[in-house]
Amino acid sequence: MTMLNENYDYQGAYIGQYGGQFVPQILMPALKQLEDAFESSLTDEIFQKELSTLLNQYAGRPTPLTECSSFACTDKVRVFLKREDLLHGGAHKTNQVLAQALLAKRMGKQRIIAETGAGQHGVATALACALLGLEATIYMGTKDIDRQAPNVFRMELMGAKVIAVDNGSGSLKDAINEALRDWAASYDSTHYLLGTAAGPHPFPKMVKTYQKVIGEEAKSQILEQIGTLPNAVIACVGGGSNAIGIFADFIKESSVKLIGVEPAGKGLDSKKHGATLLKGTEGIIHGARTQTLQTPDGQIEESHSVSAGLDYPAVGPEHVHLMQTGRAQYVGISDEEALEAFQELSRTEGIIPALESSHALAYAKKMSLSATEPMNIIVNLSGRGDKDLNLVMEKLINSEQG
Amino acid sequence: MRYQKMFSQKKQNNELAYIPFVLLGDPTYDKSFAIIKTLIESGADGLELGFSFSDPVADGPVIQEASLRPLANNFSVIDGFKLLKQIRASYPDIPIGLLTYANLVFAQGIDSYYELANDSGVDSVLIADCPVEEGSLFSKSANKHGIDTVFIAPPDATNETLSLVAQNSQGYTYVLSRKGITGTEISANQAKTDFLGKLREFKSAPLVQGFGISTPDHIYQAAEAGVDGVITGSAIVKLINQYYNEPQIMLDAISDYAKAMANAAHQAQHLLQEGLINVDSGNDQRTTACNGAAS
Repeated sequence: MTMLNENYDYQGAYIGQYGGQFVPQILMPALKQLEDAFESSLTDEIFQKELSTLLNQYAGRPTPLTECSSFACTDKVRVFLKREDLLHGGAHKTNQVLAQALLAKRMGKQRIIAETGAGQHGVATALACALLGLEATIYMGTKDIDRQAPNVFRMELMGAKVIAVDNGSGSLKDAINEALRDWAASYDSTHYLLGTAAGPHPFPKMVKTYQKVIGEEAKSQILEQIGTLPNAVIACVGGGSNAIGIFADFIKESSVKLIGVEPAGKGLDSKKHGATLLKGTEGIIHGARTQTLQTPDGQIEESHSVSAGLDYPAVGPEHVHLMQTGRAQYVGISDEEALEAFQELSRTEGIIPALESSHALAYAKKMSLSATEPMNIIVNLSGRGDKDLNLVMEKLINSEQG
Repeated sequence: MRYQKMFSQKKQNNELAYIPFVLLGDPTYDKSFAIIKTLIESGADGLELGFSFSDPVADGPVIQEASLRPLANNFSVIDGFKLLKQIRASYPDIPIGLLTYANLVFAQGIDSYYELANDSGVDSVLIADCPVEEGSLFSKSANKHGIDTVFIAPPDATNETLSLVAQNSQGYTYVLSRKGITGTEISANQAKTDFLGKLREFKSAPLVQGFGISTPDHIYQAAEAGVDGVITGSAIVKLINQYYNEPQIMLDAISDYAKAMANAAHQAQHLLQEGLINVDSGNDQRTTACNGAAS
């Protein structure tokens, strides 16, 4: 198979036919300003130096690549974990939040707004704003605020203001809507720090750029450790930022399988899932032409996943392009399978993974068990599982009682 | 053609066009028809009708709240076109514009959507989350089916954007005097005359101002700034939010309100020219001395 690299580059606001800037006209100057600031920062040595200093000395990059002692290992298969769980803040999100917060300062903006589902992106935004002296306002669905009290407290502890969103379905997508509404009136002084590789251009490209450090490190680490590229790279996909981050540097390596794992929730045919790529249809949501879960009339439907970080009814446009061109493969892992992997990694490796990352782990295990050839797999361990302990505890108690 | 005819007649009479906005199917199919009928009979010169969307990012709390009712009733896009057809059958001449979101057009199949719009007697479509820069995705089908595509001119747009909007917006150009989203929480400012002047210089279709217009005073300011028409949305939708369970009270309230606003739009230029009202355009908190103009 030959592949042209330019197929996988952005052409303006688009990657393939996906992406674009489907926002109210009033937001176009804000996106233009952001794009200019982002593009010019790429060649600004002072900016890049400042960012890499923060990533190394504050956030703890590079993160290790750890070979599993037994999880999903067979005599044929070796599994390596890219340890974004060890990054400050407990997940890969810190990478791009620090970068966008620096960009906001570069644009002279003192106020940051962000959306959050379970609170991870909100916490990451709050820490970056605390560090860099920016004012943070976080939009969060009312239901999520009730479920995620410790994260609300973390954000407030770091000086962020948390605003409850109870319109629409009161979930992550409604928090994004509310942040966009705020931005339409406030962009002169405010940067919208979107949390994933979705939304209108330049967000998908920008977030990818700031997360691709994951794949760059993983690639040089695996070459150093085993002297060869991996056979497969596996990551979970909600909006898709950790996946695009670890995929990016491998896209041009056509021998490396790229596998994105979507939340199959209670089953792909159950309507209680967040498998936008596998089960969604093409549409336009949150500023981008992409895939989304929707009714035949085009109303956006609610997603479901045991892991809040994957509970989003759309996906970053680049993943749609990677799927449609066959460069990446997307699969589903159910709530139950993810919970099993969560426990198994804890037991076998002494690492408690985030429920999001547990989806990727569960698929690595499946792949390993069916492998007939020797194989090296990298799994992006995108976050740690401390945030999920209460939920998992409840589920386990319920399942024992049930 | 309906827009051109209406605007040229308004110009002849030295009047602003009054274009109210409501959501199709709100609160129900039949009541929605009654509301729209009331608006027309209270003096509306055109209609701006919205389709409810699950994720209305350009709308403030009032229209968000209203959107939930048609959605809860499973009022579909097809139901909307059926209602439009019924309105058109009763009122063959009034210009009808749709205000919708990109995904609702996309999901229907872009070409089918515009075909349906044409079949239902619609004159224009404005997609709230489609800036002029992305307009080409829809404009081919719109042109093919004879539907005008309307774009928004925001207050701080560059000359380049204003020129693009002016060149591409058909039927009318939707001008904003302030940033943000729809709603009466933040009133309209008086549009800057140089901004309107540039749009005219770029040969824009008639200029219609929306977002934050809820009182006759706002209309006088708009008239003085030099727009050709005004759109009021949230103020009417608020009445529906308040009274949808009491249809007669709702229709009376809408009728009174629309009559006052239509009157203001139709009288504004005369009143300004005769010096009967005095628009203070010096700051954001404008006051208007007004001699019974709303009567």
